[in-house]
Amino acid sequence: MLEIKNLHARIGEKEILKGVNLVVPDGQVHAIMGPNGAGKSTLSYVLSGREGYEVTEGEVVYHGQNILEMEPEDRAAAGIFLAFQYPVELPGVGNANFLRTAVNAVRRKRGEPELDAVAFLKQARAAIKSLHMKEDFLKRNVNVGFSGGEKKRNEMLQMALLKPGLAILDETDSGLDIDALKIVAEGVNALRNEKFSALVITHYQRLLDHIVPDVVHVLSGGRIVRSGPAALALELEARGYAGLEAA
Amino acid sequence: MSASMQEIAERKYKYGFTTDIAMEEFPRGLSEDIVRLISAKKNEPEWLLEWRLKAYRYWLTVEEPDWSHIKHPPINYQDLYYYAAPAKEAPKSLDEVDPELLKTYEKLGIPLNERAALAGVAVDAVFDSVSVATTFRETLAKAGVIFCPISEAVREHPELVRKYLGSVVPVRDNYFAALNSAVFSDGSFVYIPKGVRCPMELSTYFRINAKNTGQFERTLIIADDDATVSYLEGCTAPMRDENQLHAAVVELVALENAKIKYSTVQNWYPGDENGKGGIYNFVTKRGACRGKNSKISWTQVETGSAITWKYPSCVLQGDNSVGEFYSVAVTNNHQQADTGTKMIHLGRNTTSTIISKGISAGKSDNTYRGLVKILATASGARNFTQCDSLLIGDNCGAHTVPYIESRNSSAKVEHEATTSKIAEDQLFYCRSRGLSEEDAVGLIVNGFCKDVLKELPMEFAVEAQKLLSVSLEGSVG
Repeated sequence: MLEIKNLHARIGEKEILKGVNLVVPDGQVHAIMGPNGAGKSTLSYVLSGREGYEVTEGEVVYHGQNILEMEPEDRAAAGIFLAFQYPVELPGVGNANFLRTAVNAVRRKRGEPELDAVAFLKQARAAIKSLHMKEDFLKRNVNVGFSGGEKKRNEMLQMALLKPGLAILDETDSGLDIDALKIVAEGVNALRNEKFSALVITHYQRLLDHIVPDVVHVLSGGRIVRSGPAALALELEARGYAGLEAA
Repeated sequence: MSASMQEIAERKYKYGFTTDIAMEEFPRGLSEDIVRLISAKKNEPEWLLEWRLKAYRYWLTVEEPDWSHIKHPPINYQDLYYYAAPAKEAPKSLDEVDPELLKTYEKLGIPLNERAALAGVAVDAVFDSVSVATTFRETLAKAGVIFCPISEAVREHPELVRKYLGSVVPVRDNYFAALNSAVFSDGSFVYIPKGVRCPMELSTYFRINAKNTGQFERTLIIADDDATVSYLEGCTAPMRDENQLHAAVVELVALENAKIKYSTVQNWYPGDENGKGGIYNFVTKRGACRGKNSKISWTQVETGSAITWKYPSCVLQGDNSVGEFYSVAVTNNHQQADTGTKMIHLGRNTTSTIISKGISAGKSDNTYRGLVKILATASGARNFTQCDSLLIGDNCGAHTVPYIESRNSSAKVEHEATTSKIAEDQLFYCRSRGLSEEDAVGLIVNGFCKDVLKELPMEFAVEAQKLLSVSLEGSVG
């Protein structure tokens, strides 16, 4: 279970999160929607430990650990995965090498044996097939020259191999056509089980047609202003975010 | 130093141990007498002594060069030892090599026992001023390849040594080359006869052990017509508080259709994180593509030394000859590197490629300095140069100093240069996938250097990758 309690965070002098409260039990998918500038990306970066975001109040507990005190790599080992809105390019770094290094770094920290090249490739090929990707993905440099859709798919491939307990998708749907959107959704849905939870951050409702959430939250002005069932997303789509603060 | 500090320091430079062995040293300082003593010690012929003396006398008349982007306190040449060697007589076979020395090379990861050795790689091990062992000599002899200490070549193959020694780097070439010519004590000699493809990788492993001792090795490689050879050198030294001088000369000669690939993994002690100690590495390396269609390719991975001053170069005399320079130079803490190449185009349709990757971290300074010179005779000459610099942190420097001189209007010269920093978002991306910050830097740096690392012989590429990561330990965060 992920518990966010009264979370305040700022960038420099500017307070972005102003007391976020949120509980995501294992096995559930929660969507976070909200207008631009509501603090959606800030929330995902604070959860994954990016530098430059100062937490001034509150705590975040995942499976009993206060993750705010942990380094990003230790959060990854604890099972937290952030799918980036803008995946980063790593020139000269082969995708297979990157993935295997990441998987083994996480396995080492979890006390699991490392995968040798053969065992890793077997897993990677299976994941690639299930995501309808081409095998040359493994040979290319990490995200270099990838189209927007390919980058997002690569995020899903990483997620499939790292097997997180909590996935945070930061506007993963932005810039995707409908086919790519379906693949991202399949990637998440394939992981859904009673131990897996996800925070799907999105500006639009359409992703939620494919990843049906258990709960939808509206983040606005640095706070969760409304929570409700999946149907809430449709309502927002129809009426927009205007007037939510007042509601 | 506390035990744990010692541990950390040694993890960073794991070759920093010293070997306790009885040594023979000549008195400190440099004079004609010392030059004569070195020559006599090696039973050299008169012509070589004269050659040395000529170099020494020239050296006395010239000043240390000051054009490079490096700073160091003046070197007191009279305070150094110019000859240090294990006291025992030179061993005649591997079985006679001092076990202490075998252990040293074992620790360095270079087993000299042929059964344990890396398959397909013959090694000449140079310890301070002398070669202590050369492996696989019989196998090589069967192919007609000569691979031996240069002091032995002077005795056994005087005609070859006399013909080629100093023919690429003359004694008056520069200050350090003149010094080396006067006092060089050992190094490797390679001759690949006509039409022979050398059946093994050849490699020399240089180790400076003795205190206050300069190492002045001399390497001479000749590939006769249609011959091919790949050669690799590795270098390490103990951690000592004082700076040590290393001034080597390497000469390569490629005759018609010959190919020489020369790879270096330079990991001399770089000094500690405050810039104390470390090797001053002043090296002259040059290859002459004398024959038509010949090719010389330099690949270097420079991670060690307090100061690196070297410009492995190619003189492209033969028509259609090819020169290549692939370089990764890493500086961290207070290291300084001023390195690059010279490509001198004389023959028609000669081509050269320069790929240089400089990585600076800590408070270090890293300069690429390169000359592309196209002479009037070099019709159709082509050069492509790419210099990329990567900065880690805000206290280091990267400089690119290209010189291009073209006297032939049909020549084509291209130069590309980039400077970048490891971006915070790249580090965070890697860390969010579970990589530690240092592993992330290692991965990004190795990616940056990939075009060069792929030029290394396979056996060494993996080692070089690890070395890059270790050299940058502690450079972030």
